[in-house]
Amino acid sequence: MAHIPDGVLSAPVLIGAAAATAVGVAIALKRLDSERIPQTAVLTAVFFVASLVHIPIGPTSVHPLLSGLMGLVLGWAAVPAVLVGLVLQAAFFGFGGITVLGVNTFNIALPALLIAAVIGPLLRTAVNPRRIALLGALAGAVGVVLTAVLVCLSLAFSAQEYRPALTIVLASYAPLAAVEAVLTAAAVSLLRRVKPELLSVGGARHA
Amino acid sequence: MTALASAGSTATAPTAGFIDAVSPSTRVGAAIAFAVATVALDRLPLLALALAIAVVLAALARLPAASTARRLAGMDAFMLAVLAFLPFTVPGTPLFVVAGLSASAEGLRQAVAIVLTANTIVLAVLALVGTLEPVALGRALAALKVPDKVVHLLLFTVRYIAVLKDEYGRMVLAMRARGFRPRGNRHTWNSFGWLFGMLLVRSFERSERIHAAMKCRGFSGRFCLVEGEIASPADLPFATGFGLLLVLLLVAKVVW
Repeated sequence: MAHIPDGVLSAPVLIGAAAATAVGVAIALKRLDSERIPQTAVLTAVFFVASLVHIPIGPTSVHPLLSGLMGLVLGWAAVPAVLVGLVLQAAFFGFGGITVLGVNTFNIALPALLIAAVIGPLLRTAVNPRRIALLGALAGAVGVVLTAVLVCLSLAFSAQEYRPALTIVLASYAPLAAVEAVLTAAAVSLLRRVKPELLSVGGARHA
Repeated sequence: MTALASAGSTATAPTAGFIDAVSPSTRVGAAIAFAVATVALDRLPLLALALAIAVVLAALARLPAASTARRLAGMDAFMLAVLAFLPFTVPGTPLFVVAGLSASAEGLRQAVAIVLTANTIVLAVLALVGTLEPVALGRALAALKVPDKVVHLLLFTVRYIAVLKDEYGRMVLAMRARGFRPRGNRHTWNSFGWLFGMLLVRSFERSERIHAAMKCRGFSGRFCLVEGEIASPADLPFATGFGLLLVLLLVAKVVW
């Protein structure tokens, strides 16, 4: 749901975002204990499988993006996880593209990192179930909205001509933001109750 | 979907074409080079030529026509909105008028160029890389100096996608057995949240067992990748031919 195809963006945007993604991946790999790679892969696979599900809304359906939940569960490891997911989608499903791998990773992984940094700590100290659900909803909605904004910025910086369409692009993410707010609130509430270790972003457990 | 579903098993792709004989790392390298070259093209005739090359590659790789066409047609809705706007936002010779807005030939040309570029690259990638076993893709990336950790993550992820799809299928079946029908309402979205949450919990527990089992077998963070995926001399005809083609395309772009 955030796949910009090849041929749309300008070279400076492609190269700039690819460089930023490369730095992000390098930092994430440094923090990723290689013994934990199989565990990270299991979680990456969960998000990959989840992103293929059609969730009905109104007359259509959406594929979840889950950047908020990914940030909360994976922390920095969300960056290589998103990259791997996009490589697999481009190679075997024909979603997205090759020269846009850097931008598309950036547009999904940056919101994940921001949510991990801001909402993660709040979530760990929260005890009130309503507050936990609210933080989950916030993570879900903000993740989608930030990705939408980054997609729009990628387009706006690439060509003047894309700008008039951007309001429509932004609006097209609204249903997804609503679905993910509800979905992430439910998922986070469940995780907090059943397996709080999964949400200890940046804590002692890495994955 | 099929390639990933069969991850880990031996070659199941119904291809025995010319592309199959080329080693994985050469194919991945060729796909990346082709994508970069195609993005650099801007004239429609050259893009049409690039599309022709991609179609030939698809034929050589014996891609199934119907499912490939379905994949090509799949573009995110927001991209369609952007493309539909282009004729009206790019200034130029008016072509036709819709609701008082005039569409320019230049804008239409630009939209067509984007559609051609995107589809050409997707087709070439599906032909060159999509026909690989995911495991071969991982090894090819390792041969192309992608960091080991990324390659390992990709290989393990491919492995677990197959496992988790089954797990997901079982959980959805259980929900259906209890009368769950997905509709566009809050209950459905909540249920999917719980479903994904539960999938994470089960997978996390599974991953703890995997971690223990792998440590027990001496896993220290890396395992040996099977050799033999590095470009072989047998690729030379394909590599030089394909390289020449790309150089010709780029030369044509510059001198035209």
